Amino acid sequence: MTMAAREEALARIANPETKVFWEAAARGRLLLPKCTSCGRFHWYPRRVCPHCSSTTIEMHAAKGTGEVYSYSIMRRAKVPYAVAYVRLSEGTTMMTNIVDCDFADIQVGMPVKLVFRDSPEGYPLPMFTKA
Amino acid sequence: MSIKGRAYIAGAYEHPTRKAPDSSLAQLHAEVALGALADAGLTMRDVDGYFCAGDAPGMGPMSMVDYLNLKVRHVDATDTGGTSYLIHVSHAAQAIAAGKCDVALVTLAGRPRSEGQATGTAVRPLNPNQPDTAFESPFGPALANMYGMVARRHMHEFGTTSEQLAWIKVAASHHAQYNPHAMLKDVVTVEDVLNSPMIADPLHRLDCCVISDGGGAVIVVRPEIARSLKRPLVKLIGAGESVKGQLGGDVDLTYTGAARSGAAAFEEAGVKPGDIQYASIYDSFTITVLIQLEDLGFCAKGEGGRFVADGNLISGVGKLPFNTDGGGLCNNHPANRGGMTKIIEAVRQLRGEAHPKVQVPGCRLALAQGTGGSLGTRHANATLIMERE
Repeated sequence: MTMAAREEALARIANPETKVFWEAAARGRLLLPKCTSCGRFHWYPRRVCPHCSSTTIEMHAAKGTGEVYSYSIMRRAKVPYAVAYVRLSEGTTMMTNIVDCDFADIQVGMPVKLVFRDSPEGYPLPMFTKA
Repeated sequence: MSIKGRAYIAGAYEHPTRKAPDSSLAQLHAEVALGALADAGLTMRDVDGYFCAGDAPGMGPMSMVDYLNLKVRHVDATDTGGTSYLIHVSHAAQAIAAGKCDVALVTLAGRPRSEGQATGTAVRPLNPNQPDTAFESPFGPALANMYGMVARRHMHEFGTTSEQLAWIKVAASHHAQYNPHAMLKDVVTVEDVLNSPMIADPLHRLDCCVISDGGGAVIVVRPEIARSLKRPLVKLIGAGESVKGQLGGDVDLTYTGAARSGAAAFEEAGVKPGDIQYASIYDSFTITVLIQLEDLGFCAKGEGGRFVADGNLISGVGKLPFNTDGGGLCNNHPANRGGMTKIIEAVRQLRGEAHPKVQVPGCRLALAQGTGGSLGTRHANATLIMERE
């Protein structure tokens, strides 16, 4: 994919509040928002802390590890896929896909690690695979 | 200020259609409005409050108020998905108690079946202005797999089984066999549910509600008007509403907003779950019923699987008759929003107008429970408790 096409794809997914997240994702980095006031991570990224309402949010590089909180295999799709909530080592939980492993291997509590995969539209997405 | 005893449901009507390719959306809204008004013994000229949600055509209440040429002094277009109509009834009672209207009309209608919607399996589109969708839509959240994740976590935490979930569909099908309008009238077994195709693990096809056209309406009135009409008196005695999401990343799929909406409604009504003789429970999927029964306090958290098993939800068989019209699982889920039909069947039960095979004898206390949005992400719940006077 050309740089121009990727820029266009990112423009479709990002808004002013989340641009920094998606620009980092394009470089293969998962940034997590952390509140400097209460010290907690949150998800999805926002500029107002959902835990303490502070507006002092910093972005931190994620360790890229976690475990499956829950999952479901969508069978009614042209290509079946696994959607999941992954509880990250930092303590916050994000929606994602589990990729590059047999659906039958996926379990609640399974340790996973971060991989980036391009969406069909061309923006890089944080996904997870069996650790 | 409490709404207890301040308003009555005087009219209720469910459109008989389940597929309406030759009707317009506005027409369906108008037909259910006429049906509910006729049921109450009122006319369009009596309506001075109108309530609708996102299924109504146009912006908020304006198109339908104009189409029906209503003379309203109070409107409310609160949209919380399928549970909107329970919230409308509660808000109508508040408005009546505050003197803002006397006769409130609430309508729901939709044509998802005629329009060919893949309600449960289509991925919701990305909208960068909606803060959550960029972090969800690319991963393929539909309704079925979001509720699938709720079911999977419940199984993990509490040992709930697919067989137990299947009992909810079995109970609904036992009721639907007596409803001539139900989309699915055949009685099914636990094995039938488990042998139906997997849609989104662990939910099978028969764990999912129907996709249907149609609609419904209710009329909420002040007490003096209710007493002047010829219909049995169905009094609102408690209501609650809540919204729950992902809790800033502390995602917890083991409970729903029904825990809060239910507690508020029971407190206002001054009754306990054990007092309820009939319950309409939102049933977009079997798991939706199980988890809300726990949250409402009909059983302890984690005990839902054992509570629904062995026909405990079948009228005349179990302890808690539910969805005696067949519910969304078998009867009707008009506009992909099942809240209105939950209210309507509770009203039928309290009036003694449910089918004789499923009528709860001497039904005086009923609950209707709604869910809107997605239990897997963000959702609203509403609870109504009604009493036959």
